[in-house]
Amino acid sequence: MSSETQKILTTDGIPLEVSLKKAEKKNKIKAFLLVAPLLLFIIITYIFPIGEMFTRSIDDRMVTNMLPKTFKAMETWDGKELPPEEVFAAFLSDYRALAEKKEHGKLGQRLNKEKNGFNTILKKLWRKMKNFEEGNAKEQIMEIHKRFRDVKYWQAIKRTAPPYTMAKYLKGMDMYYDEDGKVVQVEEDRRIHRILWLRTLEVAFFVTIFCFLMGYPIAHLLATLPMKYSNLLMICVLLPFWTSLLVRTASWMILLQQQGIVNDFFVWIGLVGDDNRPEMMYNKTGTYVAMTQILLPFMVLPLYSVMKTISPSLMRAGKSLGGTPFVAFWKVYFPLTIPGIGAGCLLVFILAIGYYITPALVGGASGTLISNQIAYHMKATLDWSFASAMGLMLLTGVLVVYWIYNKLVGIDNIKLG
Amino acid sequence: MALPKYTETRYRIWHYTYLAICGFVFFFLIAPLFVIFPLSFNAEEFLVFSDGMKRLDPDAFSLRWYEDMIYGTKNPWGLAAKNSFIIAVFATIGAVVLGTVAALGLSSRHMPYKGLIMATLISPMIVPLIISGVAIFFFIAKIGLAATHLGIIIAHIILGTPFVVITVTATLSGFDHSVTRAAASLGSDPVNTFMKITLPLILPGVISGALFAFVTSFDEVVVVLFLAGLDNTTIPIQMWTGLREQLSPTILAVATCLIVLSTLILVTAELLRRRSERIRGIQR
Repeated sequence: MSSETQKILTTDGIPLEVSLKKAEKKNKIKAFLLVAPLLLFIIITYIFPIGEMFTRSIDDRMVTNMLPKTFKAMETWDGKELPPEEVFAAFLSDYRALAEKKEHGKLGQRLNKEKNGFNTILKKLWRKMKNFEEGNAKEQIMEIHKRFRDVKYWQAIKRTAPPYTMAKYLKGMDMYYDEDGKVVQVEEDRRIHRILWLRTLEVAFFVTIFCFLMGYPIAHLLATLPMKYSNLLMICVLLPFWTSLLVRTASWMILLQQQGIVNDFFVWIGLVGDDNRPEMMYNKTGTYVAMTQILLPFMVLPLYSVMKTISPSLMRAGKSLGGTPFVAFWKVYFPLTIPGIGAGCLLVFILAIGYYITPALVGGASGTLISNQIAYHMKATLDWSFASAMGLMLLTGVLVVYWIYNKLVGIDNIKLG
Repeated sequence: MALPKYTETRYRIWHYTYLAICGFVFFFLIAPLFVIFPLSFNAEEFLVFSDGMKRLDPDAFSLRWYEDMIYGTKNPWGLAAKNSFIIAVFATIGAVVLGTVAALGLSSRHMPYKGLIMATLISPMIVPLIISGVAIFFFIAKIGLAATHLGIIIAHIILGTPFVVITVTATLSGFDHSVTRAAASLGSDPVNTFMKITLPLILPGVISGALFAFVTSFDEVVVVLFLAGLDNTTIPIQMWTGLREQLSPTILAVATCLIVLSTLILVTAELLRRRSERIRGIQR
């Protein structure tokens, strides 16, 4: 018997296998077409802009585009001694073109960041270059200021030649390129960003721990109580969950203020004197307390949904086999809740690490986190490329957390409500 | 949670300690919300309980801050509320339509690259909001929609769709696909089948997704702070400005209204969840 005759045919005479494959393909296309609108929407409005953040953060084409002839002439210059006449001539011609477009000021500011004192000598050049004679650009420029005779200033220009730079990322880690193009750290007392990164990690870590310590018992209680009681108590978790973040922050601002209820209570029980009420807001205490309360539902809900699936007979079995309640809990119940713990901790940690509103309102100066810094550069200094660089550094950190989580617990084990 | 009679004393003690801890945590969660209520009816301008309030003196309470909220001169709350509702309603509609359709495709077992696509679709939810804010701002500014309602609506659709995708795919996971095949075999076209068979069955999931999307948009402040101009001010922006400058009792009046709103949303969401569990046949 040949293999041909073994094939089952459909009523149209087409082999069943082919027909099935065709149907399968049709279904695939149908499913994909349903997803396509949202997928395209998210890619265009969200994924691409994140990519744009990256190009923006490393973009350094400004000077590259401003001094095209200079960089062309500099290609043959070794950068050790003063550049040859062609470079000076090209620079002068580029600078004249910029002055006509009235963009020479921007160049001065940018180069001044690279090497201090550049702006002054460029302004001087701008004033004097009208009286320049044809040719011999090198001598005439060097005449203007002694700094033009210093090779370091020309090296600074050469350093700005590449269209891309990692300077913003270095700045985010309190480092910069020095005059020789080497990566160095800023002075000890000016390392503000590193403090912010560490503080962000610290706050996210402790808020996660606090949420876990407070969330685990109540999730357990909710999961083991009879339905009619647990539904009522669940409201205590869900109402804050659905309430506006700003409303909850506002209530903490009222509670924690110096004449607030918490302080009143402390005075009433005699913990502190009426005249030296502690400052609980505009510092880290405020940030911790408010963030823990705000993020607690995100810990309780995944824990609850996992604990709900654990049969109470398992604990009874553990106890009947001779374990004390504590042993039964630790050896039987606790390991079964690990997916919930993982999901809750991941959620709270990720939310906490990108937190912005609550720290800005109750945190004061010592409660500022990295997100506040990003927002500050977006809105106040308008240094969008620096904001992008810091945003992407934060994103990388978050992705690393996801990756570790996936290795330890498995991302598929996440349960949300 | 009654303890059996034979429980040893130390476990008895531990049990009551445990209940006390739980009581404290529940108190910690819910009590802050109830501070706002009485203070918003304060007759005075201070944000502390006056002596009159402690004595429950009727004169110490008033509705003046609610009047200020509604009729107050140069008061931004009316415009903010209008904007917030318009933006949230349109963002919800957009998110629900895009999200539900995508969830239908994602739940099909024929869908290729399911994991990757799902990760892309819910990425706005798992990336820290401040990063989403920066990225979305770049996009909206580039297409020239900064400081417009449309720009903010698009931004909120991006942030809201993950919730719809998640709730609807969850509902569809318990969905019996043979009913749609039955409809098809009886001669119904796909659109008709969706409207008459699928949609009514997954409606609880769709509505709870819509509620999530609505609340996300209604409470959202990080992205809106980047995008909004003076004409697009929303309730969260006004609250944010108010909280930063001067915590006034008027804000507490607004906050009380928001708590009432969130209570309504919570009740709706809970009723829907139970209904959908009943439909899916989940016994608890």
